[in-house]
Amino acid sequence: MTIFGHSLHELAPQLLLGLINGSFYAVLSLGLALIFGMLNVINFAHGAQFMIGAFVAWIGLTQFGVNYWAALVLAPLVVGALAVLIERLMLRRLYQLDHLYGLLLTFGLALIAEGVFRNYYGVSGESYDVPEQLQGGVNLGFMFLPLYRAWVVVAALGMCLVVWFAIERTRLGATLRAATQRPDLVQALGINVPQLMTLTYATGSALAAYAGVLAAPMVQVNPLMGSNLIIVVFAVVVIGGMGSILGSIVTGIGLGLVEALTKVYYPEASAVVIFLIMVIVLLVRPAGLFGRTA
Amino acid sequence: MKADIKVAQGSSWPMFVALATAGVVAPFLVYPTFLMKVLCFALFASAFNLLLGFAGLLSFGHAAFFSTSAYVCGYLCKVLGATPEVGILAGTAFAGALGALFGLLAIRRSGIYFAMITLALAQLAYFVELELPITGGEDGLQGIPRGRLLGLIDLSNNLAMYFFVLAIYLGGFWLIHRTIHSPFGQVLKAIRENETRAISLGYAVDRYKLLAFVISATLAGLAGATKSIVFQLASLTDAHWHMSGEVVLMTLLGGLGTVLGPSAGALVIVGLENVLADKVGSWVTVILGGIFVLCVLVFRRGIVGELRALSIARRNEA
Repeated sequence: MTIFGHSLHELAPQLLLGLINGSFYAVLSLGLALIFGMLNVINFAHGAQFMIGAFVAWIGLTQFGVNYWAALVLAPLVVGALAVLIERLMLRRLYQLDHLYGLLLTFGLALIAEGVFRNYYGVSGESYDVPEQLQGGVNLGFMFLPLYRAWVVVAALGMCLVVWFAIERTRLGATLRAATQRPDLVQALGINVPQLMTLTYATGSALAAYAGVLAAPMVQVNPLMGSNLIIVVFAVVVIGGMGSILGSIVTGIGLGLVEALTKVYYPEASAVVIFLIMVIVLLVRPAGLFGRTA
Repeated sequence: MKADIKVAQGSSWPMFVALATAGVVAPFLVYPTFLMKVLCFALFASAFNLLLGFAGLLSFGHAAFFSTSAYVCGYLCKVLGATPEVGILAGTAFAGALGALFGLLAIRRSGIYFAMITLALAQLAYFVELELPITGGEDGLQGIPRGRLLGLIDLSNNLAMYFFVLAIYLGGFWLIHRTIHSPFGQVLKAIRENETRAISLGYAVDRYKLLAFVISATLAGLAGATKSIVFQLASLTDAHWHMSGEVVLMTLLGGLGTVLGPSAGALVIVGLENVLADKVGSWVTVILGGIFVLCVLVFRRGIVGELRALSIARRNEA
């Protein structure tokens, strides 16, 4: 079977890769949207937190024998705890100011994190072994499906659904949504909104770390892995708008697949296709595909 | 308010004379190559400040203008044998055109989104500069000839080069100063303070923002092209988002929305990088990040802003 001159054998692995990248875009843009909705802060440190998540997994495995499954829980907790400190000690002081200061602060923090890890681990990257249970793969006839890659898609999208459920269908989520709309009113009802904000920042950051652990066995764990990704995720966020959770997921996966197809049909443009789509969306629908307000 | 403007304009000549004098004396005291780097970044940061400090627009993609202009200038001078002033003018014009393009897209959104869009567009420019056959890829354009200014003055003489750069810096600085204190600049400040109100007063806000963006991009391009002649190099380092961040830091540290602040910030940061580079190596990034955090948390007025606040407080006491 051929599609526009490319066989399914060529296309399928690329599409899988696109699906994986798309899942990462989805998790990361979801975390960004969560934080932005509640704190009005664009978390530039999101990429760094993703990177730290991967490094916690790698250091855990090589130094302390913490296995992959434990790391999947541990790394988000470590990064989440760091995030609590950042929110309590720094971000909190900036809420009354222009939103841009939050972006600048987290940018500075990202530089620090990136610099520290680069000093200790260089830029070449460390490899992280695929956990035993997920080694090997299945032959689907038209392609070989590595188990780990299938797991990454399931784990990432599963987490997106968990977050969606928590926000749309639970009492805590309802409180959160209310506080996003009218923090003053929710506070007046006796709910501790500052605590809710800390929790939100920690959760968003933990999501980035979770994605980092998922990515660790597929890429070289290196200090720059997050910063390059996060700029693409910013474009994803501009394209999708930060209005809805499902919107983030759909946009993330859609763009991952488009990027993969570009890699097959016009590889020169694969690094920039998402930015080009962003340009088109800005021209046609400036508020973003799922955006409500500018 | 009118009196304020007059005072500000009336008192600006001593500042120019002081700046020019300092500029003329400096190369006999300090290594001129270092000073030229400071001047290029001072102009770059001042151009950036025009946008953030006076129009309230945070561009996280100014590296695109700085680097593209350097590439255009470098290509013209190295491959086509243009004289330096032609190269610099062409690079600057190109940056202005790119600024118009980016500006048109970015001003469709505001605030945080504006920053993210400019960042993404600059990343697009980065990839294009990496891939294009004429930019030299990872190596960049090396060995750009300094040439003869107007075919007469040999710029390979470091002191001649220095005074040319100083003239460019002072010219750019004067232009920015004039822009800020013009009626146009006043409208920009009005937009920064209250955009809705500016719209209701009948100002075509988008056009003002776009023009500010183009002026800022053009002057950032002027700085980038000049730097490519001084260091005979146009490279991807100038296009990376770190560079966009660095110019934000210079402006913030020196004093957002002050005329002299960005230049002071550029002096401190370039000086710091120079001093630290051979002592702490790659810890420089960490230190810059730390300064960033400190500036945002406790030092938001910046060096010049704090000095100004201090002098105002003293005047009120007297």
